[in-house]
Amino acid sequence: MDSALLIHRLHFAFTITFHYLFPQLTMGLALLIVVLKTIALRRNDPVYNQAARFWAKIFGVNFVLGVVTGIPMEFQFGTNWSHFSRFAGGVIGQTLAMEGMFAFFLESAFLGLFLYGEKRLSPRAHWLSAVAVFVGSWLSGYFIVATDAFMQYPVGYVMAPDGSLQLSSFWAFVLNPWARWQYAHTMVGAAITGAFVMASVGAFYLLANKFHEHARIFVKTGVIAGCLFSILQVYPTGDGQGRLVATYQPTTLAAMEGLFQSQRGAPLVIMGQPNERQGKIDNALEVPGMLSMLTYKRWNAHVQGLDDFPRQDWPDNIPLLYYSYHIMVGLGTIFIAIMVVSAFLLYRDRLYHAKWMLWILLLAAPFPYIANTAGWMTAELGRQPWLVYGLMRTADGYSKTVSAGNGMFTLLGFMGLYTVLGILFLFLIRRELEAGPGGEHEPSTLQSAEAK
Amino acid sequence: MASLWYWIVAVMVTAYVVLDGFDLGAGAIYLAVARTDEERRRVLASIGPVWDGNEVWLLAAGGTLYFAFPQLYASSFSGFYLPLMMVLWLLILRGIGIEFRAHVRNPVWQKFFDAVFSISSILLAVFFGAALGNVVRGVPLDATGYFFEPLWTDFFNLGPRTGILDWYTVLIGVLALVTLTAHGSLYVAVKTDEDLGRRARGVAVLCWPLQFFLTCSSLVATYFIRPEVMDNYGKHKIGFLVPVIVFGSLVVMLWANPKGKEKLAFIASSLYITGMMVGAAFALYPVVLPARDRQYSLTIYNTAAGSYGLHVGLVWWTLGAVLAVAYFVFLYRMFRGKVQAGEGHY
Repeated sequence: MDSALLIHRLHFAFTITFHYLFPQLTMGLALLIVVLKTIALRRNDPVYNQAARFWAKIFGVNFVLGVVTGIPMEFQFGTNWSHFSRFAGGVIGQTLAMEGMFAFFLESAFLGLFLYGEKRLSPRAHWLSAVAVFVGSWLSGYFIVATDAFMQYPVGYVMAPDGSLQLSSFWAFVLNPWARWQYAHTMVGAAITGAFVMASVGAFYLLANKFHEHARIFVKTGVIAGCLFSILQVYPTGDGQGRLVATYQPTTLAAMEGLFQSQRGAPLVIMGQPNERQGKIDNALEVPGMLSMLTYKRWNAHVQGLDDFPRQDWPDNIPLLYYSYHIMVGLGTIFIAIMVVSAFLLYRDRLYHAKWMLWILLLAAPFPYIANTAGWMTAELGRQPWLVYGLMRTADGYSKTVSAGNGMFTLLGFMGLYTVLGILFLFLIRRELEAGPGGEHEPSTLQSAEAK
Repeated sequence: MASLWYWIVAVMVTAYVVLDGFDLGAGAIYLAVARTDEERRRVLASIGPVWDGNEVWLLAAGGTLYFAFPQLYASSFSGFYLPLMMVLWLLILRGIGIEFRAHVRNPVWQKFFDAVFSISSILLAVFFGAALGNVVRGVPLDATGYFFEPLWTDFFNLGPRTGILDWYTVLIGVLALVTLTAHGSLYVAVKTDEDLGRRARGVAVLCWPLQFFLTCSSLVATYFIRPEVMDNYGKHKIGFLVPVIVFGSLVVMLWANPKGKEKLAFIASSLYITGMMVGAAFALYPVVLPARDRQYSLTIYNTAAGSYGLHVGLVWWTLGAVLAVAYFVFLYRMFRGKVQAGEGHY
């Protein structure tokens, strides 16, 4: 691979992967905070308000990191992928600009009110600002997914005489059928992260014998939401997304499933290592006929393998794509098991004392992050070697004027800066977890300064 | 249609500079005027609920620029690769400086994040000014419609192969820093009282002669390096409103600030910034990025997106802009008045 191409791909991959650690939590938490605030408002229950306030603090830290690591994403379309922008900007500029106009303004203005304005607003207005933050963050998700959906499955465009793509149908582009499933699948994934993190913090407090009242709310809310969303993640959203890939990106399907040869009654590979040279899966653990069944609802349906497609159209990193996909699916299955068992214990009123289950919930928190990251890697590696599927190859999209040396300079800069950011983030979160929920209003910063 | 979008983007960029400008300026004077922990918290509380929303104007303006002029976005962002990446790093540092300052209790680390916040604010003001200077001066575009500018080449002679930093762009950078420092000082003076408010007002008074001198020299320098900036003023007499607004605002600032009318002075400072930005946009039009070799200049005509997209965009943009202005009016009304003791993040 051309070294400048590799650097620009790594540049985007690194910054987007780090960035998405934060929005997946804030989008998930935004929903759960609305749930907590709604219960607080309906029952007039101060404990639920304290719970919401505690998660608002975690949300605030994550939101700031999401914003500051998100700005580089918008910039990189121009800085590192200028040929792509010149080619597709006439179409995808629509959704990127709409994200700013509709989502970011809403989100940031009302987050200011939500975090700083509890004393100045009525309870109903404060609840409304939480809802506005939720709507803003979920809208933002839609515009980004719709942008990506165009790269996966371009619709609503025409090719202009100068070779660039221009919008031809606004609604076809914005309501891209690919975007609908991908959005549902992505947002449910974010809700899973939010639910697991909330349940994990609750489990930690219960095991540490602290903040009982709040901890139970966290575990209960996290488990109910987690159970619901883990199931929705597989069916119908995962299934719908999978069928889109099977229909429109058959090469991708073959690569992520590790199916080298076309066959009837294709098996589903559960585990094994792709061996590209021999065109097979080493140490394969398979369920015969299952891939045909899942894809076409028939045990002996014919599924196209990689050998049906020209080599230059294969995704360029088949092992990584294969592993990303299998990690995502494997973890998704485990999530259902964890949450269904927890929900059962909750229903039988035994969860708060079932230490073994609380331990599992506590330690499960990092895995939704891994699953969400692996899911995005599946989508983006699966799209290769295309940048806009069938229209522009990734190798043609990067900034030819930005040399590999300049690209590496800033890539290393981002790596260093983000390492510092990650460490600071963990410190802050640890501090918030130590402080825990509670208190009517936390002693405000100014008063505590005066008290010294 | 492309002309309309040119002015929409210009207005959004101006809104960004006026709004984020005051919190950048507050950051620039932060270490000097806010001396105790309590005063620093008050400055942070005065910008806390709004700085993030102000920064969204940059993102929204960038998004709108990308949507309306994708070719311009592609050329300019890849050409200004290095300084833009540094702007990103500074924005990141500044954001975490503000946020982490509010969360850590240890005074040593508070001092560290104070410095991070203030220094990145100062550098951002200079970088944004220098960026504007680059756009006005022109860049080494060639027939491919692309360029790549190193950070510096020849500092004193502006040849065909310019760098990001030379005497002209640095001059505009310093002007931006002084302007935003005055702007931020006036904001802090409006939002706070006692010693803190008085010191902030004092900084604004000190800035005035410098700002006046730099404004005059930058206008002369701009005419000197790019005489064609006067063409549009010759064609459309309405352009002469711009210098009237700029110098009128300066006079109002000179008069109002020492009298304690810092609200009026802040409005005048906002008008001054608007005048300078609109004046620059007026002088450039219809060029969006001048080339050192004039035949390769990017204009609204050779960079705009397709006309169907621009028409559709007008519908949703108008809706989005109305909503955004409504949120901002509501937000600023909720947090109007002086910062109260005991207010802030929970």
